[in-house]
Amino acid sequence: MNALETNALSKSFGGLKAVSDLDLSLGQGEILGLIGPNGAGKTTVFNCLSRFLPMDSGQTIFYGRDITDLKPHVVSQLGLARTFQIVRPFLTISVLENIMVGALVKEKSVKKAKAQSMSILELVGLEDVKDRPASELPLPRRKRLEMARALATKPKVLLLDEVMAGLNPTEVDELIVLLKKINRQGISIFLIEHVMRGVMALSNRVIVINYGVKIAEGPPDEVVKNKQVVEAYLGKEFLSAQG
Amino acid sequence: MKRLYVFLALLLTILLILPLFLDKYVLGIFVMIFFFAYIGQSWNILTGYTGHISLGHALYLGIGAYTSTYLAQTYGLSPWIGMFIGGGLAVIISMFLGFLGFRFGLRGVYFVILTIAFAEITRLLVSHIEALGSFSGIFLDFSPSFKNFQFRGNKAYYYISLCFMVLAVIVTRLIETSRIGRFMVAIREDEEAAESLGVNAFKYSMIALGISAFMTSLGGTFYANFIYYLHPNIMFGMNFSIELILRPIVGGMGTVLGPVLGSFILTPLSEISRVYFSKGGLEGLHLVLYGILTVLIVLFMRRGVLVYVQKLLNPILKLEDESK
Repeated sequence: MNALETNALSKSFGGLKAVSDLDLSLGQGEILGLIGPNGAGKTTVFNCLSRFLPMDSGQTIFYGRDITDLKPHVVSQLGLARTFQIVRPFLTISVLENIMVGALVKEKSVKKAKAQSMSILELVGLEDVKDRPASELPLPRRKRLEMARALATKPKVLLLDEVMAGLNPTEVDELIVLLKKINRQGISIFLIEHVMRGVMALSNRVIVINYGVKIAEGPPDEVVKNKQVVEAYLGKEFLSAQG
Repeated sequence: MKRLYVFLALLLTILLILPLFLDKYVLGIFVMIFFFAYIGQSWNILTGYTGHISLGHALYLGIGAYTSTYLAQTYGLSPWIGMFIGGGLAVIISMFLGFLGFRFGLRGVYFVILTIAFAEITRLLVSHIEALGSFSGIFLDFSPSFKNFQFRGNKAYYYISLCFMVLAVIVTRLIETSRIGRFMVAIREDEEAAESLGVNAFKYSMIALGISAFMTSLGGTFYANFIYYLHPNIMFGMNFSIELILRPIVGGMGTVLGPVLGSFILTPLSEISRVYFSKGGLEGLHLVLYGILTVLIVLFMRRGVLVYVQKLLNPILKLEDESK
């Protein structure tokens, strides 16, 4: 059984087909990358999966269960957690309290939720700022907070939307180590990423979409050599210039 | 934090023995301070903590006042019991409002309009119901006894309203540190992000609204039995809805002590300036002064006065841990 799969997922905005007939599957314990040029429809896919956008047609299956018509908070409670591309921390409350919100959904005791949040803080490396309001964190650390909060909900699958954007190479490498660690705990990861260094290092498999259509799928090193993919990113002229 | 509790206990002790030294008029001002702190706190739970702006909270105040008074006058039911029936009614009506507002995703100004509309509709309805006194309002018969929630002098009202205020502070503090309270704050900060973490925003918004409406309604019963006169334009009026939110805004929204502090600042000011200016034949000028002050505080102390008071008292009370 796959952790997550979609059948013929489609979504239009007015006349624009953001995603058309997309099939994808994420195996249990897998790290799957979703790449594509800007505006290819990647975030729309995530928004449909996490139910923040209704899809026009198609189906989403999470561990064998149809979640197509569920509400976002129910999907999250089932174990499908997401981060937002533009991070959305709860600005006025502390870093620890941010994470506790996620932990409290499944843990009724505030004390226990606090203890769980503390161990997640250590995992993502935010313990030194645990009592600072989230508004004081710089972007790279906000991205970590965003992930920590999602992790606190005890997900089975983590949808990560460009968590590496804006990080320097050292920070990217640190994050790769962290994500591998999270993955080893049995959490499947589906990530949208432009930072190829991250995608190549992490993904077992990569799906490439352009204009909402899947154009390639396979192991990362094969996919980046795919003609259609290079064309989508760099244009036909680049290909013909290369011969 | 420990020192803060000692400090608050000290303040409370002073408030408990204060009536021994005060005359009826000053006691009356204190009753209004406590009353508005209580009502402001009730509103604060919905708007300050959960972020749904209500400009129609007079609705619940009026429901409480009218329900307990009607039941007392018609069936001789003690307002102490009628108070809770009014509270129940307020919750039912607030759930209807909340369902329309939260279920259909009314946000910001649209939710505000909904709250105003509910209060205004109720005001007009009550204005046309003969049994509730319609346009002429209801005068309460004065027959002091504990059962009737009526007392000679202001001492009993002082202690009852103090009790209301202290209970509201305790309830708010309990909510703030609870699971529900943390979800409420998450909804205020970013409703979609809260949903993405599995927080049922609809459910917790409804809970916040229900608690807020219930508490406000209890305050309505108190107010009716302190003022002895109900009029739909006052009890359900826009003025009251605005009046009751000024104190938590000035004191600090989304804080436990903000509404109390705000009431200690604004209530005496409004009272004293009212008396002062009407003696000089300038009735109404106090509202101008009051308005200017509120604007200044909102402009220059956006997060409320409480933040500054905390900073001021930090060396004595050690509110923040030194190690940080």
